[in-house]
Amino acid sequence: VSNMVAKLAKTCALRISPDKLNFILSDKLAGGGASLWCELQQEDFFSEFQMEGVSADNNEIYLELTSENLARALKTAQNARALKVKLTNRHFPCLTVSVELISVSSSSRIVTHDIPIKVIPRRLWRDFREPCIPDSDVSIYLPVLKTMRSVVEKMKNISNHLVIEANLNGELNLKIETELVCVTTHFRDLGNPPLASENASQDRSPDQMAEVQIDIRKLLQLLAGQQVNPTRALCNIVHNRIVHFDLLHEDVSLQYFIPALS
Amino acid sequence: MPLLTQRIQDESVQYSLVASLDNVRNLSTILKAIHFREHATCFATKNGIRVTVENAKCVQANAFIQAGIFQEFIVQEESITFRINLTVLLDCLSIFGSSPTPGTLTALRMCYQGYGHPLMLFLEEGGVVTVCKINTQEPEDTLDFDFCSTNVINKIILQSEGLREAFSELDMTSEVLQITMSPDKPYFRLSTFGNAGSSHLDYPKDSDLMETFLCNQTQVNRYKISLLKPSTKALVLSCKVSIRTDNRGFLSLQYMIKNEDGQICFVEYYCCPDEEVCESEY
Repeated sequence: VSNMVAKLAKTCALRISPDKLNFILSDKLAGGGASLWCELQQEDFFSEFQMEGVSADNNEIYLELTSENLARALKTAQNARALKVKLTNRHFPCLTVSVELISVSSSSRIVTHDIPIKVIPRRLWRDFREPCIPDSDVSIYLPVLKTMRSVVEKMKNISNHLVIEANLNGELNLKIETELVCVTTHFRDLGNPPLASENASQDRSPDQMAEVQIDIRKLLQLLAGQQVNPTRALCNIVHNRIVHFDLLHEDVSLQYFIPALS
Repeated sequence: MPLLTQRIQDESVQYSLVASLDNVRNLSTILKAIHFREHATCFATKNGIRVTVENAKCVQANAFIQAGIFQEFIVQEESITFRINLTVLLDCLSIFGSSPTPGTLTALRMCYQGYGHPLMLFLEEGGVVTVCKINTQEPEDTLDFDFCSTNVINKIILQSEGLREAFSELDMTSEVLQITMSPDKPYFRLSTFGNAGSSHLDYPKDSDLMETFLCNQTQVNRYKISLLKPSTKALVLSCKVSIRTDNRGFLSLQYMIKNEDGQICFVEYYCCPDEEVCESEY
């Protein structure tokens, strides 16, 4: 997971609450405003979990860390027997990851990484609230991400912008257009999820496309981080405003928002 | 490919060139072998397509893709010429990924309406269709090296592996590559003159790698290494290479390339000799 997050953002916020862990990136100013909300259920990952927030009402901790550091620390943990994550305060606040590794001679070693963090004060917490999911014009299941990734990779060589469009007929198109060349990839028969009740988009004709022009690198970042195909991948488009990707792995949910280029 | 054909029929346009291919890699690999400049000129006749790339008016690479390589190949006019951005063309051809995935082939249909129109590519893999419209440009005159087989003085055909290592390890600090071909010793010699000294590489006439050895006269010619280096791309793909020089010292390298379906294509590099030596030779 952390690897996936590291591909998407340099620094991210980590929200710890008794039952959930969230990686959050809300890039409001710089970077074109793509944002990320990644949620992990605490009990799926940890056998033992203890935490104490600021108060009983606000039993949460918000941290800011460099995601690459965490990804690197957890890389050693791939074949580990046990992993402990602690919040510590050595000379500065740290997230301590201690990994118990088994060597060939079956004696165990413990590797400890201290990742410097910044604790986010409470007055800034509201910047990190769970994003509200916009009412989309079209919602569609994504094709196999590997195919999509190689297409987007090649398109990136040619252009910086990409138009993603989809309709309620299971069709999704990726388009780029430059002076030299115009490339469109058509995906079909993807299927649309059943609509959430009284959504306005019901009176939409199935063939009508909703489209968003986005920064191609932002999309590639998301696709590059997806090494395994998620169990469910959904793309929601709000015409000319935003595209929202909702990826569900077994125990991780990832929401990624890319706003339209003006 | 019902999807593809259907799409084409929808547009009742008369194309002057239509070519389809079940495995796009048969085309893209060959084009990669000559991709050392951004732009290429394409000539199509009923026999096939020739794609030409040139640099500095000194070197020219030609890729020949015979009509037989394509599953469908229709040319309405005597000959069709257009110039195209090769980098973009290659990106489009490999849009579904450049490394082969077992069990999946990308099919291609290529259409061109004629002068002033874009080149249309329809690619399909596993039900996903990509349509590319690449703008074409005014064709430029290509060089005529006037390399005539009657003027060929020396000719060697080698197994490519014999040359591959030599080319990949060429001393790039040397400005030139000197090629010696001779009916007597050293028969066939590649020499470089770099910062770290000069090196010579000799191939004996009766080497296993040597397929044909027809040398009539001793010739020593120098060629700019920077001009020859791009041909390594073709060398890597090829199984045999024919090295010829004519009476003016012009060099022709012909690479025989077998594609994934066992068909044979040719890529040819022409290079003119480095002038100074040229004059002293005559």
